[in-house]
Amino acid sequence: MTRAVRLHDIANARTGDKGNRLNLVLVCRDPAHYAAVAEQVTAERVAEVFAARKPTRVVRYDLPKLAAFNFVLDGVLEGGVNASLGLDGHGKSLSFLVLDIPIEIVAETSRRSIRGTVS
Amino acid sequence: MAKVFIGAAAGFAGDRSDAGGPVVDALAAQSGPRFLMYETLAERTLALCQLERRQNPQRGYSPALDRMLPPVLARCLAAGIKIIGNFGAANPAAAARRIEEMARSLSVRPPRIAAVEGDDIASKLSAHDLASRRVDGADLAQAGEIISANLYLGAQPIAQALDQGADIVVTGRVADSALALGPLLHAFRWSADDWDRLAAGTLAGHLLECGAQVTGGYFADPGYKDVPGLAEVGYPIAEVDETGAMVITKPAGTGGVVNRLTVIEQLLYEIHDPSAYLAPDVVLDLTDVEVAETGKDRVRVSGAQGRPAPETLKATVCVDGGFLGEAEISYAGPNAAARAQLAAEVVRTRVRKRVPHLNVRIDAIGVRSVWGATDTPIDLRGVQTDDVRLRFAAESANATDIGILLDEAEALYCAGPAGGAGVRRRITPRLASASCLIERKFAEPRVTMLGAPA
Repeated sequence: MTRAVRLHDIANARTGDKGNRLNLVLVCRDPAHYAAVAEQVTAERVAEVFAARKPTRVVRYDLPKLAAFNFVLDGVLEGGVNASLGLDGHGKSLSFLVLDIPIEIVAETSRRSIRGTVS
Repeated sequence: MAKVFIGAAAGFAGDRSDAGGPVVDALAAQSGPRFLMYETLAERTLALCQLERRQNPQRGYSPALDRMLPPVLARCLAAGIKIIGNFGAANPAAAARRIEEMARSLSVRPPRIAAVEGDDIASKLSAHDLASRRVDGADLAQAGEIISANLYLGAQPIAQALDQGADIVVTGRVADSALALGPLLHAFRWSADDWDRLAAGTLAGHLLECGAQVTGGYFADPGYKDVPGLAEVGYPIAEVDETGAMVITKPAGTGGVVNRLTVIEQLLYEIHDPSAYLAPDVVLDLTDVEVAETGKDRVRVSGAQGRPAPETLKATVCVDGGFLGEAEISYAGPNAAARAQLAAEVVRTRVRKRVPHLNVRIDAIGVRSVWGATDTPIDLRGVQTDDVRLRFAAESANATDIGILLDEAEALYCAGPAGGAGVRRRITPRLASASCLIERKFAEPRVTMLGAPA
């Protein structure tokens, strides 16, 4: 049995920038969720979430020892902090764009690390 | 030698000037080699400092110096805590003299201050030379005058300055992580090809370089990631042993939290390929790093691996980036979204007629302000809101063109939809930056010692 949650309920994220390239760190709060995130939050899925920004390349690096992933998204900062017309040229708010992704997790997974559900 | 303690008191130029106090207190209570690092040099900061230096050869150091150092200088000198900071920006020698003055006015013993220079390559490479080495960012071939061009120097000159007895080391552009690796090379005498240890020292620097970002800053998310005492968040301290393993912690009695999650978020922050983080002194591989909570606000980090340093050094080059213009106006109450949408259309129609080539971004703050894309117009149809603030933005080399957009936004007061309120407008000069890869022969780091003899 699985249940639907948002990524925000089970994982942390942080974004950083280098020019027009964004890095997004995704860390499972409970390492038990690593496999579900690895299977469902693929580079392609993250690229879809960023479709409006037309990424030229999205790569996911897996860090199983840390129950974490590093996504590198090229071309999504509209030129970056020195060139973007937007308010968030650094992309600091974009971690929460990814945390809104729905994800199915095994229902019996420890509840202490889960907060909220998708209705 | 048991352990080396490195505290971080600033992660950027705008950081808190009182962050260093509790870190210095904690370091003063320890014995052994202790260091306090300050990272205050964003890409843009250095270019602005370079412009300032052109106006006045005695200036061009980071304005953060005058704000951050006075609160800790006397205590650090008294306790034997060495200070390493990239406050020098475009003029490390002037920063060193400024610190000398500061010490005099505080009536503390005259410190030995080392200035690390040699990162500035603007006089060595022409715009054309730099353009041919560009890997990312602004198009240097099309750009005008080069405002600043600085290599990221490594940790060796910092270690050298400390070897020569410096109490304070001020640098210009160095790799942020070198601010911690330098002291470790000095204290442990690690050799320049001991790649795993250099990697560990680089990792320590990477974890410290953003200050509170590893101790609960840029982390809190109430109900999901709670951080106690965020208003008084403690800045980090790394306790590093001779093997390169470290514990990340923070001063007792401060707010914030150090746990597995705060450390991992920072571990991968601004990293691309985790198996190859390029630094001037080593290529750091994070693949096998392990992170373990060993006590309250204590996290052990080990397993960094290193490979030989890259053949080239990264440089950041800044050129004139024209102007950014921004104007805002608010609509509130019944039908606010529809009135805002109409205002956006009025401005768009008029600007398209008057400056057809100007690319205008329009945001609706409260509905869409940071996500979406500039080429996706806002659509407020059906949006329920009692308060929305429109923001218009454009950039151009021509400030007059931008002025037309800002005038049109302001004209909404009398000629736009009902109830338009609170116009604010501004034009900001911009700097554009590019990254280049530069052969090592252009790096000629120099250490100049100022102040009392050893």
